Amino acid sequence: MNGSVLSARTLRNLLPALSLLVLLAAIFYLQPRAISYVGFNLMLNLAIPIAFATIAQMCVITVNDLDLSIGTYVGFVACIGATLLSGGIGALPFIKDLQASGALPATLPWIMNTPLAGVLVLLMGIGVYALLGALIHLRNLPSIVVTLGMSFVWLGLSVLVLPVPGGQAPGWIKSLMTLKTPFIPFPIIAAVVIAVAAHILIMKTSYGAVLRGAGGNPKAIERAGWSLLKVKMAMFALAGFFGMLAGLSLVGLTTSGDANIALRYTLLSIAGVILGGGEFVGGRISPIGAVIGAATLTLAGSFLSFMRIPPDWQIGAQGAILIIVLALRTLIDRAEKRR
Amino acid sequence: MTRLAGSISMLAVMTVLGMGSALADTADKKIALSNNYAGNSWRQAMLRSWDKVTKPAVTAGIVAAADPFTTAENQVTEQAAQIQNLVLQGYNAIVLNAASPDALNGAVKEACDAGVIVVSFDGIVTEPCAWRIAVDFKQMGKDEVLYLKDKLPKGGNILEIRGLAGVFVDDAISKGIHEAVAENPQFKIVGSVHGDWDQAKAQAAVAGILPSLPNDIVGVVTQGGDGYGAAQAFKAAGRTTPIIIMGNRQDELAWWKEQKDANGYETMSASIAPGVSTLAFWVAQQILDGKDVPKDLTVPFLRVDQATLDKSLETTEKGGVANVEYSAEDAQKVVDAAKK
Repeated sequence: MNGSVLSARTLRNLLPALSLLVLLAAIFYLQPRAISYVGFNLMLNLAIPIAFATIAQMCVITVNDLDLSIGTYVGFVACIGATLLSGGIGALPFIKDLQASGALPATLPWIMNTPLAGVLVLLMGIGVYALLGALIHLRNLPSIVVTLGMSFVWLGLSVLVLPVPGGQAPGWIKSLMTLKTPFIPFPIIAAVVIAVAAHILIMKTSYGAVLRGAGGNPKAIERAGWSLLKVKMAMFALAGFFGMLAGLSLVGLTTSGDANIALRYTLLSIAGVILGGGEFVGGRISPIGAVIGAATLTLAGSFLSFMRIPPDWQIGAQGAILIIVLALRTLIDRAEKRR
Repeated sequence: MTRLAGSISMLAVMTVLGMGSALADTADKKIALSNNYAGNSWRQAMLRSWDKVTKPAVTAGIVAAADPFTTAENQVTEQAAQIQNLVLQGYNAIVLNAASPDALNGAVKEACDAGVIVVSFDGIVTEPCAWRIAVDFKQMGKDEVLYLKDKLPKGGNILEIRGLAGVFVDDAISKGIHEAVAENPQFKIVGSVHGDWDQAKAQAAVAGILPSLPNDIVGVVTQGGDGYGAAQAFKAAGRTTPIIIMGNRQDELAWWKEQKDANGYETMSASIAPGVSTLAFWVAQQILDGKDVPKDLTVPFLRVDQATLDKSLETTEKGGVANVEYSAEDAQKVVDAAKK
């Protein structure tokens, strides 16, 4: 009896990894050449920004909230990365226009060209996220509404920074993202590092337990003397931090920015968390599962295109994969309860 | 003697084989079309043209495959992933109508590094390793004024209808028009409105500006999709219809034909043909064939004149755009023109 309970639980924990393996096997069957160094590089490199965005979403979901602005926030970071972070204020299109019209001198002073401006703006972005956490906690606002509003703010800011697609990603991010590591493709190493780092941070540290507890039983955490306000701010700031990494890694891959670059990330990140074994309430999350979920979603896209499924059906098919995995999990949960 | 005959026939066989291989150099090559959007009549016509030209080419054994792929949503990240998947699927060349001129550069570079030929058209990419087939929109604007100069040597006042503000196409056509007007000072642009390439918007914009304009407007220069609306606005205001340049849309051509039959109305019409996708296909095939092709090519725009009006209107379906498919020879001509 005891054994079967254990196996149900391990089965549920293994489900994300198993679905990833099934998908990999299917891809290998359809397109053997994809399972190679180059193949993994191509299929998985866009999974890195999605994995970061998924971890960011997971932080918010941990405290029973939902972030509908992560996609546009990632786009905003990408726009900042392609302008301020590479060439300072002088890299902004409207400054260049002013230079062209002669209102500003052709050579700008040091302060206008320093990438520090980009660092500052990105830090402010994280700060805004922390403040959002505080606002949601203090006024007891529904996070869906607040972040939905913020999604328009981020999009508007990105369009202000970069009215038409363009800019140039900083060289160091570009070379990092296209790093050719020996033997194991860089995206796989990056995914493992992200998963392990997030796992240690949230699952292994003592404050991590408090953070998760704030989602599971906030009253108990409060009675134990922890400030729920600080917890929310910390979790939202973490989300802003990982969202920033998502935007920077994305702009490193695309090499230039576009305000609309990551609109899909909002839904992808939520799907990634759920696919990876997380749940919407109760602080029940899994950072390793989330990264696997992000990889699964990315590979599902490749799989469907290798299958030659017409694009009109691809979104539906992606949804179907999600539903199948969720249905399997419910089945396992039910088996667990029935013991 | 027999030996000589034998060696001659041997030579003949070798020549034939040699020619055969020259023709079939790309027989085992696969070309893919990566398209970011299929939601308007222009893009639909583009995809139909692609099928119409590439299917016989595949049957004839010129290339092994020519499959169109359209992303489900008009999103940069999706098209980047699509390009990477196409590389993995073993396509030798990707013909690309890009969602963004810059943001796909990373994926395009990866494709180039994997030895894949990337040919972008219409929505072109700036990555240097890719080929670009662009339309000389500036020349299109210039040609409109030159046509008016031909018809009206004395010149006069003209009205300009522009496209969607902030799009580079609008900027380029308008620049061409203004340059040509500067070179021909007998013309004067007395008004300029944005019609957003849309009949209804153009009609409203022209109707709004007409009362403030002098009565002797001799010509209207447009950007396509706005000529019919301009004509309606002039009619509603009770003014004589000037020479309105058209933009190859079916309703514009139909109106022109109606006027031509009724009172011998003369004008011209120009726009980019959706069949430019097939030109990109042939260019990709030639590059795969080992031909030396310059990175920047210019596609001629499709022009309809008085003489070709009836035929163009017949082949254009209702609500569609006048179209033309390109052949391998057309592609060769474009390449040769770029080399000069």
